[in-house]
Amino acid sequence: MMESIATVPRYELTPASHDGTSGDLLEISMGPQHPSTHGVFRMDVVLDGERVVKLKPVFGYLHRNHEKIGETTSYLGSMPYTDRLDYFCSLTNNWAYALTIEKLAGLEVPERAEYIRVITAELTRIQNHICLAGFLLQDMGASGTPLMYAFREREKVLDLFESLTGARMMCNYMRFGGCRCDLPPDWLEQARKFADEFPAFHEEFQALLETNEILLARTQGVGVLKPDLAINAGVTGPMLRACGVNYDIRKVDRYGIYNRFKFRVPLGDHGDVYDRYMVRMLEMKESLEILRQALRDIPDGPIVDPKAKLRGFRPKAGEAYGRIEAPKGELGFYVISDGSPNPYRYRVRPPSFINLTILEDMCLGCHIADVVIILGSIDIVLGEVDR
Amino acid sequence: MLEGTKSTNVESLEQIKNRIEAAIPGARLEIMPNGSASGQHSILVDNEHGLRIACFLRDDPQLRLDYASNVTGIDWPETVIKEKKKTRQLIEGVEREIEETVETRRPGYLEVVYHLYSMEFKHGPLILRLRTGDRAENVHLPSLTPVWRAAEFQEREIFDLFGIRFDSHPDLRRILMWDEFLDHPMRKDYVDPDDFEYEPTAHGAVLDRASQHRQTS
Repeated sequence: MMESIATVPRYELTPASHDGTSGDLLEISMGPQHPSTHGVFRMDVVLDGERVVKLKPVFGYLHRNHEKIGETTSYLGSMPYTDRLDYFCSLTNNWAYALTIEKLAGLEVPERAEYIRVITAELTRIQNHICLAGFLLQDMGASGTPLMYAFREREKVLDLFESLTGARMMCNYMRFGGCRCDLPPDWLEQARKFADEFPAFHEEFQALLETNEILLARTQGVGVLKPDLAINAGVTGPMLRACGVNYDIRKVDRYGIYNRFKFRVPLGDHGDVYDRYMVRMLEMKESLEILRQALRDIPDGPIVDPKAKLRGFRPKAGEAYGRIEAPKGELGFYVISDGSPNPYRYRVRPPSFINLTILEDMCLGCHIADVVIILGSIDIVLGEVDR
Repeated sequence: MLEGTKSTNVESLEQIKNRIEAAIPGARLEIMPNGSASGQHSILVDNEHGLRIACFLRDDPQLRLDYASNVTGIDWPETVIKEKKKTRQLIEGVEREIEETVETRRPGYLEVVYHLYSMEFKHGPLILRLRTGDRAENVHLPSLTPVWRAAEFQEREIFDLFGIRFDSHPDLRRILMWDEFLDHPMRKDYVDPDDFEYEPTAHGAVLDRASQHRQTS
């Protein structure tokens, strides 16, 4: 059996080739205030000319020990705090945590609440991906315009969230066994209006950028990730699917009511930055498809399991791991209960933290200017990386 | 118990345990039951064979657990477990039921949990657990980063926050706390320093020196 350890592929790329003209290596610290690092994130980069020879990500500037705080507060007390993990997608964070506690305590979710969860999660996915596209183009030097177009559409989604939950970003909407409040009277109408209007914007955005020569030159063949390394390194979400690995937790686990909807999983071919961008653009279309079906079929009924207790909630001793397909990848929560009102252990499995593992492998041999785009295409949020 | 959609052979945890023991002689495994509604039972693995068991689970053609999703640590300090037991005893010639509290001391240890899935067969999770000898000296565990690269940053995080040393980890450094930090904040007995917000600056010393120049009347 020890031989098989030796056959584990050692994912060490060869450093940039020396042609005899290179001089000393230059070590630079990129970040934590660099505008392309999407927050307080730093990379120790060693350069040979303009080629990256070594790259070590450094983070933890935003570390506030979310998991320890989760252990010292009640089960429900962590729910608003999950909003602050990936602050672009608070509703999917809520869902992952609620799903785990429902597994732990054996709670059922009413049908209407499941539909509301799917609708809000797919809206979250759309606004996350469109923002990522805007940020990525901003990093490439398309300064302002695509980002502002993207943010204009995001505002519409945030307006929907605000009228539903009372907050634009920190929604704190889901509860164990359901949702916090029912939909406002004309909310479904507004959501349908958004779903009808969005494709026009999406097509325009894609038509402007898809065949843009600069975009193609900057992204194609840059930051290539091989599928076997991606699986071994635990990469999930659109980054994994851009390598051609068909793994979408909505299809694999079929959590919630995702087995009722017809949608496809877009896959990439080359695993480069362009594929990651395109997979996200196509995923938005599929999200809209799910959104339309959910808005059509949503039934009336209760929105919370009557068995679920808000106060004095003490699940039986045991543990549960629950995971969902968040916009950035697999978001998991691992909770251990010892029968007391606080969780004994509360663990967040953040997708962008683990997707960062192979940042160095993707950047070795690239130009320093490509590092910015490769990092942008991973789609990190430091609230979630540092916790 | 593996929940699978496409897997042709969904095995029970007991079968997997037996197969590992057959493939790796000397491996000591134990199934840890889970009392919650999730029903996610796990396998406790001994440290000496941890790496070989991980290789087996990844390469086995029926399991192919090629994806380590979640890796995390748990701190279990030394506790006294109180259990109430009912026994029947003869007291003064009459048989009576007596309730007794039995106290058992459980030594402290640190634990690492791996949640494994298969992307090929789309089943999982299989939950592996490894335990250290105690919480102070014997805190070494085999690193599973050579098997699953996904564990690299997560094992660094466990080292940082729990203080478990992973042998043969390629780059075991602190990841979230700063390098000069000494303690492990996710341990249950961690006490954060009371002067945490007042980092040592020259401020106090400067004030002392300034006071020498103040006129005393």
